[in-house]
Amino acid sequence: MELDNLYQEIILEHYKHPRNHGAVTNADVIINGKNPFCGDEIVLSLKVKDNIVTEVAFEGHGCAISQASASVMTEQIKGKSLQEAKQLFEQFTKMVKGEGDVDTENMDELAAFQGVCDYPTRVKCALLSWNALKKALEGNQK
Amino acid sequence: MSGAETILKSKNRITIDNVREQFPFFQQPQNRGLIYLDSAATAQRPQQVLDAWQEFNVLYNANSHRGAYKIAERATDEYERARAKVADFIGAASPEEIVFVRGATEAVNFAAYGWGLHNLKAGDEIIITEMEHHSNLIPWQMAAQKTGAVLKFVGFDETGMLNMPQFYDLLSPKTRLITVTHMSNVLGTIPDLAAIIKAAHATGALVLVDGAQSVPHIPVNVVELDADFYVFSGHKVLGPMGSGALYARREILEKMEPVFFGGSMISDVDYTHSTWNDIPWKFEAGTQNLPGAIGLGAAIDFINKIGIGNIHRHDRDLTDYALAGMQGIKDLRIYGPMHNRGPVISFSLGAIHPHDLATFLDSRNIAIRSGHHCAKLIMKRLRVPATARASFYLYNTKSEIDEFIHNLENAREYFSKWN
Repeated sequence: MELDNLYQEIILEHYKHPRNHGAVTNADVIINGKNPFCGDEIVLSLKVKDNIVTEVAFEGHGCAISQASASVMTEQIKGKSLQEAKQLFEQFTKMVKGEGDVDTENMDELAAFQGVCDYPTRVKCALLSWNALKKALEGNQK
Repeated sequence: MSGAETILKSKNRITIDNVREQFPFFQQPQNRGLIYLDSAATAQRPQQVLDAWQEFNVLYNANSHRGAYKIAERATDEYERARAKVADFIGAASPEEIVFVRGATEAVNFAAYGWGLHNLKAGDEIIITEMEHHSNLIPWQMAAQKTGAVLKFVGFDETGMLNMPQFYDLLSPKTRLITVTHMSNVLGTIPDLAAIIKAAHATGALVLVDGAQSVPHIPVNVVELDADFYVFSGHKVLGPMGSGALYARREILEKMEPVFFGGSMISDVDYTHSTWNDIPWKFEAGTQNLPGAIGLGAAIDFINKIGIGNIHRHDRDLTDYALAGMQGIKDLRIYGPMHNRGPVISFSLGAIHPHDLATFLDSRNIAIRSGHHCAKLIMKRLRVPATARASFYLYNTKSEIDEFIHNLENAREYFSKWN
């Protein structure tokens, strides 16, 4: 397997220069994500207004995949509705788990993580921030 | 490639190739070229162990201590023979001091539930080290929470050595137990158990030694060591998963309460209360893992044939060789002592996350471990979330280590474009 399929340029770019890194002030939701298997941790903070994710940021530490995934995710869900974010979660999860064909048309840079499905041990890394987001969305809808 | 490397300096002259031939794992086409450097997590198994497992199942599968027919007698016999082999292997005074368990984790739980809950009281102290695996930490957190006993931690320094002055400081008449590893699964450190046990016994405290990493690699004699409890897992010492042993001195086991209750652990049964079988059987409720124990016995036979002293020398040579090579790699940091240590090396390479490094090496067919190694207290003290770890055993070769080191250089090159 060619390692470059996993570590694509976009992923390395985000790992080196993470976007939306830090914490949102006066966040509506703060969620902690942990991968007990490798010790990676992430704190996701969001502001939601009228069902739209208006601000989002992440902090934490972890491998290139988990950090880049968090960075790309924040860019992709900012400005999206909670329903759209949830739909992206489902598409992304399906894609990195390799569970059938996923239409990547609306996924933009998220599609760079397609190679993860060939590395089962790294799926959790790619999903660390997304699982935190899911918890945040569920909490917000209550 | 490795035929010239001799594991034995004895008259038998067993070469590494001779050893590897006896491990079907390395002979499979799917595993050709795989460099397995994660024996600290689990070891591969020789044919002899697989045969013993299979023989039990196809020749004399019957329950032990029950049936009055030939194969049941044989099952019982082989199970008890395996117990005697374990006792002999770790130098226990008698087989009755060996309780078969699923592994080191279960053995520590036995000690925590069977001894800890009945002997600890509020204000008592347990001395534990910051380099313990979770299996030798969490059961004691449980016992402390339930009894009101207090955990006291001995730290370690930059070179991975236990802070012995701190240990002596913590030791007091309140100390009831010291629980300590015989070989750190992260740092490779081999603590000065002789000093610890001597001081502990002088104050009347007991000592539990976690031998999960040491039993596979160094000769162990629990009587010479004067350990009160000693635990290890079968699967790290070439035996089957789900096998392992708890050793405790006879007086301790006799007073210790059973942890599981049911069939075959009883002596007499009445409507509302019962009495217990003798040691060790009072701790072995229900049907036991017979092929596991018998497989562990076969693993010990295999090791005895080569000689644990020879394995120790081989593992130490490989470790010294690897340490020397790794020190030549720029930005590579080794955690743990450089001498008198076990064949397990934790390290980091520049800013590369261990998980990314492990994926890179995996793409080159080299299996190492990455993560916190179930030792989060060590990670906290080292102030890193995770490390990479390579560990060696009797079937590893210097040429495999050359390949490993060569690929660490390649990894550095590959990830350098990230900076």
